[in-house]
Amino acid sequence: MSLLALQDVSLSFGGLKVVDGLDLHVDEGEIVSVIGPNGAGKTTLFNLITGIYEPDGGDIVFDDKSIVGLEPHQISRRGISRTFQTLRLFLNMSVKENVMAACYGHTKAGIFRSMVRTPGMRREERQIEDLARTRLEFFGQRLMGYRWDQPAYSLSYANRRRLEIARATATNPRLLLLDEPAAGMNPAETHEITELIGKLRDDGGYTILVIEHDMHVVEGISDRVVALDHGVKIAEGSFEQVATDEKVVEAYLGLKTTATK
Amino acid sequence: MSDSTPHGFHSTGAEGPAVGQDEWVARHAERRIMQGGPLGKVEDRVRAVPWWAWLILFVGLFCLFPLVETGGYVREVAFNTVLYMLLALGLNIVVGWGGLLDLGYVAFYGIGAYVYALLDSPHYHHHFPTIVSIVIVVIVGALAGFLLGLPSWRLTGDYLAIVTLFFLQLFQTVTTNWQHVTGGPFGILNVDPFGLDKHHQLATQHNGVFAVSYLYVALGIFVLVYVALRMVNNSRTGRAWRSLREDPLAAEAMGMPVNWLKLLSFASGAAVAALTGSLYAALYGNVFPLTFYFVTLITIYTMVILGGSGNQAGVVLGALIVSPLLEVLRDSGKSRIMFFVALVAGLALFSRRSPRIAIVAAATLVFGFVVHAICSAINGSWVAGEHHGGFAGFVDHWVVAPDQMARWIAPASYVGVICIALVVALLSGWKRLALLVPTLYLAAFVWENVMLSKPEPARYIVLGVILIVLMILRPNGLLGERRVEIV
Repeated sequence: MSLLALQDVSLSFGGLKVVDGLDLHVDEGEIVSVIGPNGAGKTTLFNLITGIYEPDGGDIVFDDKSIVGLEPHQISRRGISRTFQTLRLFLNMSVKENVMAACYGHTKAGIFRSMVRTPGMRREERQIEDLARTRLEFFGQRLMGYRWDQPAYSLSYANRRRLEIARATATNPRLLLLDEPAAGMNPAETHEITELIGKLRDDGGYTILVIEHDMHVVEGISDRVVALDHGVKIAEGSFEQVATDEKVVEAYLGLKTTATK
Repeated sequence: MSDSTPHGFHSTGAEGPAVGQDEWVARHAERRIMQGGPLGKVEDRVRAVPWWAWLILFVGLFCLFPLVETGGYVREVAFNTVLYMLLALGLNIVVGWGGLLDLGYVAFYGIGAYVYALLDSPHYHHHFPTIVSIVIVVIVGALAGFLLGLPSWRLTGDYLAIVTLFFLQLFQTVTTNWQHVTGGPFGILNVDPFGLDKHHQLATQHNGVFAVSYLYVALGIFVLVYVALRMVNNSRTGRAWRSLREDPLAAEAMGMPVNWLKLLSFASGAAVAALTGSLYAALYGNVFPLTFYFVTLITIYTMVILGGSGNQAGVVLGALIVSPLLEVLRDSGKSRIMFFVALVAGLALFSRRSPRIAIVAAATLVFGFVVHAICSAINGSWVAGEHHGGFAGFVDHWVVAPDQMARWIAPASYVGVICIALVVALLSGWKRLALLVPTLYLAAFVWENVMLSKPEPARYIVLGVILIVLMILRPNGLLGERRVEIV
């Protein structure tokens, strides 16, 4: 049974078909990579799944229930979380607060209970503080210690990427959407991210859908690879199958000219 | 802090990847540069003082203040300052935390005052107990906040600002014209002071002097609001508000209902403003539409920006500075001191970047004496204008101040100083420095001869100058910690 299934999903911006009749499924515990040239509709796909865009046609089913038409925060509460290609951290908040803020969906304390700090509210605060610590410890000491209370803007680029993943996991998701987690990383960090994504699945128990351009990463992590071009799925299968697929090569490199003039 | 520092923590098993093995981070404490010497120790001590100790100290000193100063006017200024502190706290929720530009904010202050006035005045012959009225006032204020929050679902930034500004205008128009209910431009008079009922009331004056009890009531409310908001800021809701300010899309994707949070932010700010409005109405005993208009709005914004939007202690500090400052500036002598101090501070600030500014300052000084000497040699009446208050002696010999000024001089010099300042901004190098000398002198001339004869605009201009200087010095405000990332 698929955890996430897109059935014949389409989206147009004006006359431009960004996603066209897309079928896609992600099974529980799987790591699926989405590849494709720039403008293929990969990030749009993420925006459709997380409810930022509503599809023109088709259905998106998560955990046997349709999530089309839900607000993004409702979809987040159903168990889908994401990171952003262009980092969207809460820069003027501390590292800890970035993660704790993402616990909003599974906490309850209202504004009046917070004012008087009821015992229940304080217990909840302690719980999500522990949760934030666990999520950040996943990345070792990088986001811990003195960085714990520092504003997110003081972090380096690679640490910001890590913090985004930590924040995404703080919503307690079942499905994690990672949008280019290795973008802008150096080779060592890219290698680390590759291992980290595997660890997220194995230790964290998350099902992962990832957009990635770095083929080493894609090769290293994927159970299955889906290739998109112009909003259409052009190939699907193991990394070897997709990487050697004629249509994929064509989408990335163009047609081979057969005749020379 | 120690519990959050996992010394010896290993994130990976024996066979796992080398995630987080970061020597550089582990040894951070050795590299941190601390200020040494006695100054560093003082700084460490000051930083270690918890927030509630500051609050107790501050409120304690404020409570002692009326014992020292018994003048009714000064007490009234102190009371107004507390009102402004409350208003700044309320605006800080919407602007500082929610990141929503709300230009209709003072309308809620007005709504609070009017609702209280309607509930406790001869206008409708209602005299509710204060507790009941205040609860109603806060609820009505919060509901109005919800109402104004609704457009924020679709609008952000400039567009939201325009709509909220329109709301303020609407409030003005209604209160001015709906004479039945609001009394129109004549307002509502004889509003009851605070009290249990009509017979047990807290007098606003004792023998014509402002009653200190209201200052204490206002301070008590201030402490309650401050602590409550501080608790909210460090809670789920507060974090969500600030997330909304930082990045609404990311906040929504992380499970925060952004639209609801916006409404909550507007409503909370409005409730604080309405509460403050009831305090105002109870003390002054009357409400007029124009009290709740642009001047008040801009003053509150100035406080919030100056103190550091987003920082509670900062916005209170902003109110604590601006509110008395505006009173001091009513007096032309004190106002002049402020003007010259601001001018010198500005020059000193720029001279850190370019030492030549010091030469400009000296040249301006000499220029003034020379011009003054020439003018007095030509015609004695040109410098016969009288000066009072601070620095009067210096100004007497430095600024040209005609006894009787031709009518065209005031507007011409005023426009002239703006034009010449624009030219200065366009020029560069020595030309700019050279032109800066007559510009500064002309500015002083305009100040002495045009502005000081009209203290009302003058005080806001001084406030503007101070704000500009401070914004160059500390763009985040005095205690602000928000930083805008330029990627």
